[in-house]
Amino acid sequence: MERRVVLNVIGPHWDGNQVWFVLGGGAVFAAFPLIYATAFSGFYVVMLVLLWSMIVRPLGFEYRSKLADATWRNLWDWSLLVSGAVPMVVFGAAIGNLFHGVPFHFEWNLTSFYTGSFLALLNPFAILCGLLALALSVVMGALTVMNGADGAIWKRARGLVTVAAIAAVVLFAAGGFWVHGLDGYRLVSGSGAGVPQTPLDEHVAITAGAWLANFSAHPALWLLPVLGFLGMLGALAAGQGGRSHLGWWLGALAWLGVIGTAGAALFPFLLPSSSNPSMSLTLWNASSSQLTLAWMLGFTLVFIPLVIWYTSWAFWVMRGKVQATQIEHDEHAY
Amino acid sequence: MHDITVVDLSRLQFAVTVLYHFLFVPLTLGLSFLLAAMETVYVVTGKAIYREMAQFWGKLFMINFALGVATGLTMEFQFGTNWSFYSSFVGDIFGAPLAIEGLMAFFMESTFVGLMVFGWQRLSRGQHLAVTWLVALGSNLSALWILIANSFMQDPHGAFFNPTTMRMELDSFTQLVFNADAQSKFVHTSIAGYVTAAIFVAGISAYYMLKRRHLDLARRSFRMAALFGVLATMGVITLGDALGFVAAQAQPAKLAAMEGLWQTEAAPMPFNLIAFPDQHAQDNRGVLQVPYLLSLLVTHSIHGSMPGFDTLQTEAIGRIEAGIPAVQALQALSKDRHDAAALARFNAHREDLGYGFLVQRYAPDVGKATPRQIRQAARDSIPPVAAVFWSFRLMVALGLAMLAFFVLAVLYTLRNRVQERRWFLKLAVWMLPVPFLANEMGWLVAELGRQPWTVYHVLPTWMSASTHGVAYMVFSLAGFVLLYTLFIVIEMVLMVRAIREGPPAPGAGAAYAAATPVAAAPSGYLED
Ligand code: HDD
Ligand code: HEM
Ligand code: HEM
Repeated sequence: MERRVVLNVIGPHWDGNQVWFVLGGGAVFAAFPLIYATAFSGFYVVMLVLLWSMIVRPLGFEYRSKLADATWRNLWDWSLLVSGAVPMVVFGAAIGNLFHGVPFHFEWNLTSFYTGSFLALLNPFAILCGLLALALSVVMGALTVMNGADGAIWKRARGLVTVAAIAAVVLFAAGGFWVHGLDGYRLVSGSGAGVPQTPLDEHVAITAGAWLANFSAHPALWLLPVLGFLGMLGALAAGQGGRSHLGWWLGALAWLGVIGTAGAALFPFLLPSSSNPSMSLTLWNASSSQLTLAWMLGFTLVFIPLVIWYTSWAFWVMRGKVQATQIEHDEHAY
Repeated sequence: MHDITVVDLSRLQFAVTVLYHFLFVPLTLGLSFLLAAMETVYVVTGKAIYREMAQFWGKLFMINFALGVATGLTMEFQFGTNWSFYSSFVGDIFGAPLAIEGLMAFFMESTFVGLMVFGWQRLSRGQHLAVTWLVALGSNLSALWILIANSFMQDPHGAFFNPTTMRMELDSFTQLVFNADAQSKFVHTSIAGYVTAAIFVAGISAYYMLKRRHLDLARRSFRMAALFGVLATMGVITLGDALGFVAAQAQPAKLAAMEGLWQTEAAPMPFNLIAFPDQHAQDNRGVLQVPYLLSLLVTHSIHGSMPGFDTLQTEAIGRIEAGIPAVQALQALSKDRHDAAALARFNAHREDLGYGFLVQRYAPDVGKATPRQIRQAARDSIPPVAAVFWSFRLMVALGLAMLAFFVLAVLYTLRNRVQERRWFLKLAVWMLPVPFLANEMGWLVAELGRQPWTVYHVLPTWMSASTHGVAYMVFSLAGFVLLYTLFIVIEMVLMVRAIREGPPAPGAGAAYAAATPVAAAPSGYLED
């Protein structure tokens, strides 16, 4: 029963939330077609594992409670666990791999070839990043459960917030030190921003510690990792104090800080190539044309506020705590 | 260079996964509108039976919807994972409608679907009705945007090839969106979804009438489905005709394949009712013809004519020869972006670049292409005729059969005679798979008829795929087949169970509307 309460806390919203992920894929396609093409095909096996785990998710929610059989439900519980955890680990590990560079190159007409193996993607630094992403999402998930449930479930969720938040702080700090010693990429020459170009006409060098170059050039960027740490600690404290709504927003800030830190370090690289660094994909050579970007910006400016507005409305309608008795009597419940 | 086995496996995988996705999509498109219609009747008349209808069919809707979403995820990723050259080559154009679809439609649909299911107790009648309509609108908007994307592949408008960035780029968003092919495709496809939902509701209602269960709900549902269905089927056929008209202009080879037209003939042209096209001999066997009909159907005039493959193939040879210098110039430009002579040569031949790529499959160095290789490439420009020909005939036949069915259904149901005609009720149950089959056939026509191109006249299929090894493709194909087989079994089990179980006893549903759930009947899902 407890599991059903938790499922029904997120029940009305999982699909809407999952679309953010789908949209992420679509947005990369529209804004950076070369990234979408090169990364998705290069990371083929990983993408498939990610995809298959995500596919199971809608079915887990929809179908789990339709039969009262214990094995059936256990099966779907596991599938929900996998489909929640795998995407986060993969997402983190993918970011981690960017710091090492990815082995790919292009033919004259920009046909891409990936020359690495699947196992090489599971290197220690990538795994660390994957675990960080997982820890942060557990923090968010547990806080969401605290918002929507009470009693014993609430207590256990609070314990989980503490453990996961501490793990996140440790992992983020360890990652920072690690990057310090890694070889980084540096754009030596290229056409620069806003000029039509391909990844065939640039020059890139590899230097130790180069991933921190942006931070030394613009010290204000250090605020990003600081934001990450403060967000995590804040979420931890708020969770302890039972202020789960506040904690959720602090957790969101932690995400912002962590992703911002990674982005600031990599800038302007999006997908560095380890086998031919001068074919690395950057913000400038992987982006869509200005016309496409302008249209996409227009649509985003109109629709994102609209989406946020009706999503908030949906959360507001479904506000309040989920009670066990309510699920028992609602034929539509998960 | 691409490994052709990998290309073929990628095509197979795409075809399997997308045909599978499209088993669920039409029902989502159509049933969401029927749900909205039922609920509207409920809100207007206040009759509780219509709310029970909306809730019962809504339950079946959700079982189907979940698989639509799950399999759609695959599609969204697959362009990148398996068609990476395609994605980078036209991503500047193609990515936009896909992203807009997510922004505009998926969000709307999936957010409101949650409210539709969970919101019966929390929303006012008017609010809930609005939510249901928004779900319907959302699913149809998503079809609109994906079909705009697909139509760009069928008949590319609003884009040009930019040799500096080595890819197609957008030059008119409005031309992309207001593509004639997209318009007729959208209407034909979404209405085909309404036909699908109408048969679905009619078939299951007929099953209840046969079993003499839930009679009130079944009779009313059947009537609504019959009326909705007859209009939709007429619409699908009219629009299908329009679609053939559009294809005639933009893709003469697809039309020639649909009609099995190897030789160009003088008007009035006869229609091949039955024929067994032989791709190798480039001719038909066992032909049964109806005189004059083809001219009438395709050009809406007895004097109209259209080219056969003999003409089209000769044209292709000319364009391949013109395309070779375009590819060579592009290769020179990729080494030196400032080579003015190469740029001029490219601009002179840019229209035929795609045809140059067509022969590059056989002659990697296009300058050395032999006449034999050029002829081979020109033969490739003919789509697989027999498959297109028969898919098309099957779709049309099923469409006409459904029209006949719905005309009878309306006659009987308006006279309240359906229940007495048990043969007709049995027929209705047997009709259940028909629209699904027709939908799949339609896509086979559309996509096989587009071969050998992914983007018509611009990008051949053989170079669009990702450069994987065969092992990767076998792995992923096996994974999809395994997973999807499992899904369909689960879905069928749940669907059949839900249908057997039927709607809750009349009156029990009233509890949904009550502010507190306490009065509700226990639903049998108590234990964890
Ligand atoms: C219930 C389903 C259904 C029914 C009864 C029909 N169609 Fe259809 N048809 C489709 C479902 C469909 C579809 C699955 O929705 C397609 C695939 C691509 C598209 O745009 O719609 C399609 C494609 C399609 C195409 C190819 C479009 C292209 O290549 O771009 C043509 C020419 C027709 N149809 C014509 C017809 C005609 C003349 C029909 C007369 C009976 C007909 N269809 C009935
Ligand atoms: C859901 C409806 C659709 C169905 C059933 C369908 C069916 C097919 C089939 C059967 C093929 C294989 C053709 C072959 O192997 O010769 C194919 C290919 C393809 N289709 Fe579609 N298609 C659908 C919609 C779309 C849409 C909306 C797009 C783009 C947005 C698209 C893009 C492609 C691509 C990229 C290929 C691969 C290249 C090729 O083999 O032609 N399809 N499709
Ligand atoms: C081959 C290209 C296609 C791609 C990339 C694609 C992508 C997707 C995705 C990602 C979803 C899940 C959305 C979610 O998470 O809520 C989905 C569902 C859906 N798709 Fe497809 N699809 C394709 C073909 C089609 C076609 C041809 C149609 C209609 C004519 C269509 C209509 C729908 C509808 C109505 C849904 C229902 C679920 C929803 O919108 O949430 N799709 N598709």
